[in-house]
Parts: sequence; C-alpha cells; structure tokens
Amino acid sequence: MAVGLPENIFITKLDAAANWARSNSLWPMPFATACCGIELMATAASRHDLARFGAEVMRFSPRQCDLLIVAGRVVMKMLPVLQRIWLQMPEPKWCISMGACACSGGVFDTYAVVQGIDRFIPVDMYVPGCPPRPEQLLQAVMDMQAKVRRTGTVMGREFAIRDMPTGPAPFDSDERYRIEDSRLIQLGGFSAAATSAGRSATQG
Amino acid sequence: MPLTPVDTLESASAEREYVWTLNFGPQHPATHTTLRLVLTLDGEKVLNAVPYIGYLHSGFEKLGEHLDFNQYVTIVDRMNYLSPLANEIAWHHAVEKLLGIELTPRCRYLRTILAELMRMHDHLLNLGTTALDLGGFTAFLYFFQQREHIYDIVELASGQRFHTSYTRVGGVLFDVNTDWVNRVRKFIRDFPKVYDEVDRLLTKNRIFVDRTKGIGYLSREEAINFSAVGPVARASGVERDLRRDEPYLAYADLDFDVVCSRGGDCYARYLVRMQELLESLKIIEQAVENIPGGPVNIGVESDMVLPSKPAVYRSIEGLIQHFEVIMPNRGYEVPREQIYAATESPNGELGFYIVGNAETRAYRARTRPPSYIHFSMFPHMIRNHQLSDVVAVLGSINIIAAELDR
Amino acid sequence: MVCLSELQQKFGAKIAESHFRDNRRIDIPAAVVLPLLTSLKTEYGFNMLVDITAVDWLEYEGATDRFSVVYQLLNLDTGERLTVRVPVNLPDAVLPSVYSLWRGADWMEREVWDMFGISFSGHPDLRRILMPEEFDAFPLRKDYPLKGRGERHNFPVITRSGS
Repeated sequence: MAVGLPENIFITKLDAAANWARSNSLWPMPFATACCGIELMATAASRHDLARFGAEVMRFSPRQCDLLIVAGRVVMKMLPVLQRIWLQMPEPKWCISMGACACSGGVFDTYAVVQGIDRFIPVDMYVPGCPPRPEQLLQAVMDMQAKVRRTGTVMGREFAIRDMPTGPAPFDSDERYRIEDSRLIQLGGFSAAATSAGRSATQG
Repeated sequence: MPLTPVDTLESASAEREYVWTLNFGPQHPATHTTLRLVLTLDGEKVLNAVPYIGYLHSGFEKLGEHLDFNQYVTIVDRMNYLSPLANEIAWHHAVEKLLGIELTPRCRYLRTILAELMRMHDHLLNLGTTALDLGGFTAFLYFFQQREHIYDIVELASGQRFHTSYTRVGGVLFDVNTDWVNRVRKFIRDFPKVYDEVDRLLTKNRIFVDRTKGIGYLSREEAINFSAVGPVARASGVERDLRRDEPYLAYADLDFDVVCSRGGDCYARYLVRMQELLESLKIIEQAVENIPGGPVNIGVESDMVLPSKPAVYRSIEGLIQHFEVIMPNRGYEVPREQIYAATESPNGELGFYIVGNAETRAYRARTRPPSYIHFSMFPHMIRNHQLSDVVAVLGSINIIAAELDR
Repeated sequence: MVCLSELQQKFGAKIAESHFRDNRRIDIPAAVVLPLLTSLKTEYGFNMLVDITAVDWLEYEGATDRFSVVYQLLNLDTGERLTVRVPVNLPDAVLPSVYSLWRGADWMEREVWDMFGISFSGHPDLRRILMPEEFDAFPLRKDYPLKGRGERHNFPVITRSGS
C-alpha cells in the first residue's frame, strides 16, 4: 500500500533522528590534568586528527560541551573541581574516562590520588592504557557515538534510570580495614591526627 | 638590586574600587594542566597574582620510598611528561652515582642521544603551545608532526611511545639496532626544513613579537636569587648549563654551544629554546655517528643489572642473577649514604637527593623540580602587565603540573 | 673554597664535614643556620640556593635526630656545590627562614612545612602549598601511611540521574 509521501520526506522515530544528530556532533570538554592530556593533544593534532570523526570541536567551557574527557589522574584537591564541571555541563552529556589513572588510580595508589573517578561521577566509557595511544581514544570516541545512536532517547530516559552509583564504593572494605589499622598503629605512636573530614566519613 | 622582603600590594591601588579578582584555572585551556592563579586586576592590568598549586599532587616522593630503584622509573616517567626519558636518565644518573656505577661507553652515548631527543621533544611542544596560546595554530601542528617522529624513534628503541621506562640501573632495557640509527639520521635530515618553516612563521611575526617582547622581564640578579635554572635562567644571562659545567654521560666528548641571551623576556626565552633545538640536533648528529660498539649494560658480575632475557631462560646463573635483582628480600649492596645528583633536563637542573639505607629502594627520594622554582617566580614576572600577557608568560616558563606538584 | 676551620672558628666547633662521591657536606647545629648561611652567601659566594628539603629519620637504623633539613648551595662563579645539613627534632621543629637571603626559598620552605611539618620562623607566608588547607597530617613523615587515612575518598557521590 503506497503511503503517498511527497518527495524529500521520510519517516523515522524522533529518538533516532535526535541520536543521529547528537552522535555526530559530540563537543568534547578536555579535562586534561596530566600525561594523558598530551596524548589527547596528539589525538587532535596533525597525525591522528580527531576531526575525521566529527568530535574535534574542543570547547573549554563546560557549558558548551556534551562529552567530558577526563584525561589524567584526579587527586583529592581536583575532584571537587571535576564534579563541579560535570554538573555545569548541559544535558545530554557523556563522560569518557581516559587512561589508567582516571579509571582506577593506575600506578598511583597513594594518599592523594582518587582511585578511579567512577567512584564519584558517572562514567560511560573507559579507555585503558598509560597513557592510551591516540588510536585508542579515537576508537573510544567512535564507540561513544555508537552508544549514543544505540541507546539514546530524546527525553534522556536512559539517564534517568541510572540512579545508583556505578563505580566501586568510595570506602570499600580494604580501605576501611586499612584506615582502622592505621588508626590503631597511631594510638601506639606519635602522629598527627587523621583529618576530621576523613574521620567523619569513615564513621558515618 | 635591592630586594623587598615581602611581595605586597601597593596599598594605594589595592584600595581603589576598580580592583577586581579573577580566578584563572585550575581548569583552563592556557594552563594546559592544572595550575590555578588568583589575579588581582585593575582594569586589564595585573596588580598581583597568587598561584595555588597542588591540584596534581600525587605523592611521587612517598612512592619513591616504597618502590625499588628500577620500579621507580615508571613513576619518574610521569613527572615531566613532555620529556619522560629525560627524567629517567636523571633518576638513574643519581642512583648510579649513589651506587658508584660507571656506565659503558655505548650506554653513555645512547642515553645522550635520547636525552637530547627529549630536549627537542619538550621544546617542540612548549614552543608550539606558546604559539597556540598567542593565536598561531600552524606552528603547533608543524611541531607536533616532528614530535610524532620522535615518538616513533623512542618507540622503536623501547617498545612504548610515551612512558618508556627504558633506563635501568647500569644500562637500558634493550640495545638499539641499525634501523634505529637510520631512523634518527632521517629525523636529523628532515628536521631543519620544518624548523625553518616555523622560524619564518614566528620569529619575525609582528603579532608574536609584540606579544612577547618586553613581557615577563627577569633580570640576571633576580634569576639567581629566585634559583632559576635552564632556559629561563639562560635567557636572563645566567651562563649555566650542567652539560658543560658538570659534564655527565657523553657530553664531554661532544661539541656544542650553551645558548644564552641577555633579553630576559618571553621573546628571549623563545629564542633560547629555538636555538637549543639546533644545538640538540648538532649533539645528536655527532653522537649518532660516533656511537661506540660493545655491550650496552655494565657487566652482570657487578650484581646490580638485570641479565639479558636469553641468559635468564637458558642458564642457571642468569636465572639466579635475575632472581637476586628482582626479589624484594635479596638485592645488592647499597651504601648508607646521601647523595645529590643533577642533570640538565629540558627545563633546567633536575636533581635527585637520595638517601640510601642498605636496601634496593631509596629511604628518601627527593626531586628538585625546575617547574616548581619557575612557577614561584611567576607573580614577580607578571606584575603590572596586561591580563593577556598571563598566557604568554606561562607559556614561556613551561610549567609542567606533574613536575610542579609531584 | 670553603675552609672548615674558618667556619669552626666563627660558628663554634660543632661543625663537621664529610664527603661522599663528589658531594661535600657540612653538618651544623640549628642555632647557627642563619648566620652561617648568610656568611656562605656573602663571603664565600654561594649565591644560588638550589634546593631545600628534609629527611625523616624515624625508621633509619642508628639515627639520633628525627629530621634533617638539607640545603643545597651553589656558587655560580666557580661551580662549587655545598650541602648543608641541619638536625631538627620534635616537638618544636622550627628553623629560621632563609627567605631574606634567597627569594627562591619561599616555596621550598613552604613545601617542607607542608610535607614534614617543620616550620620556618620569619617566613612571610607559611601556608600549606601542595595539600589542601584543611589537611592536618604531614604526608612525607614516615608514620603517615602511603595510602593515607581515607582522606582521598571523602567526597559526595554524584549519580547519573542526579546530575
């Protein structure tokens, strides 16, 4: 049965149309803190050229971006900044965690480094490597586009259902035991006290 | 010149109602990494700048007390990530001085070539991004293309393009072959062409010169008093280059000039870095043509180096030696002493103060980071300039946040 | 060249000298830090302060003092280097600041304060520099654990639907 549409008109779902537009116009916000930032720069520079995949419009204001690329380790002084930048970005928005440090803390299992940003902000895509090669980041951007096309909805229903933290709990059992141990050791010897902030969090 | 004891605002201008405060960073494109400045402005004039750092402090020095001399290379790599190998060479230079190891001639030449490649690596990105911040995108792309060639050379030697972890106590991870030497020769042949192009783009560019000349002036006395090192100090007329003054590796055999300038401003620092690119190229050219044969690692009998992989797999002595070096409760003799040793890294004197404690890891591994010193001079250099000069000065002193905060 | 006997004459006999490889070190008591460094700068030409750092000797076998503060000096004209080591002990770990001699000492002293809790009297602006202001431990002391005491994870969690 002929529908009888005029020329130059086709029928599609609104979601599909929106996803098509969104996936092909990702504007990255480079949150480059450390070494991965240089590889992010290499991805955008001459040889690898991110522009070939339609995601080269780097904007340094979070209010103009929809793809947060966290490149490099995030330490405890920087995490509030990262959270604020994430909150400042308009919907719809996605997050790529680039490199071992952003994903899990990497080689820096120390007092200052957050062991994976997914403990504190939602992450859509992880890129392993220390640092990842530019090709890996290109692949991640393409995968991100595929994900947007596959799961996106106009009203952002896929975001609304993610109401639980996806990463590990900030204080997993290992960390809690270790903190308790160090406090016991501390009672025996001389030492500065743990921060009041840290103490209230572990007790709560 | 007389120095004022404390940097204070002139009270007259601070009380004016036009004075306002601008927060610059920690996430800002021109800071490249995680610097934060709180600027006090009168219109567009910077009255004062207060740097806040530590947004990338990750406990490097604490980690250095928990990892052994070979393992800590992976961490040192991530310190100045524009020139990872230069850090490795500096770290192992200090460790080898503590242990009293004399490197083989081949290793010394190989490390010299890599150190100079890293100097170019660092300067190329620094010059490119300085131009980028001042509005010139082309130079950045041209220079980044050359950096990719250096990445290829380093990858061919070590198997990793970025964080190579290539040096070991008493040698390097793998030896290089003829292919590698040819790749370096090709780079030496091709580089001057690109250099000339960028030189024509920037050096006499009216906009670039206007934005850098006379900006961020640092006199010779101030540079010494602030402990400035490297290209920043040399641009202010401090004739100091550890490669010449305290020769290490193979620098004593090679012919090169120490580039200095009396300008003291951003433009002088740009010129010094540009000229150092050519000097580095000269050093690499001499070193790569004269690279000696023979083993690249010191002898296994010294108990400190890892044996080669075939030796580990095919002989019991090699296996035992591997075991002795790797296992945490074995190891070799380390003096219970303290040592300070420094090399000329691309940013200046990169020193390590190591305390040995009879085990194969450092009791204390202090880094003397050039970026840290240079950023502390920033408020002094930017005062009474325009807001737009902030990025020019930041670019010219080449702050690497990971080295700054460690 | 610095002559040890000259220094001993001026600043008391407690000054000792030692060598290791090419490093030349002098150990001095905390009381003479400022006059001795002033003298080294003005009379012996050590015009550049290369580094200030500290070492915590808590777990070092046979150590008698809790900390050492280490100054690396350089004479730019002759290229001579000198390491000056000063013992410091708790509870009053205080040294005079050398900011009046070298402005480069500003951030170096702040870092030593931040990491070790050794304070410098006379420093114009002794605040924490690398760690956050509210942090109240000193991370490079040997009794502070490598992985911290939970400060690094003390933040609110943002979920996707809540942002």
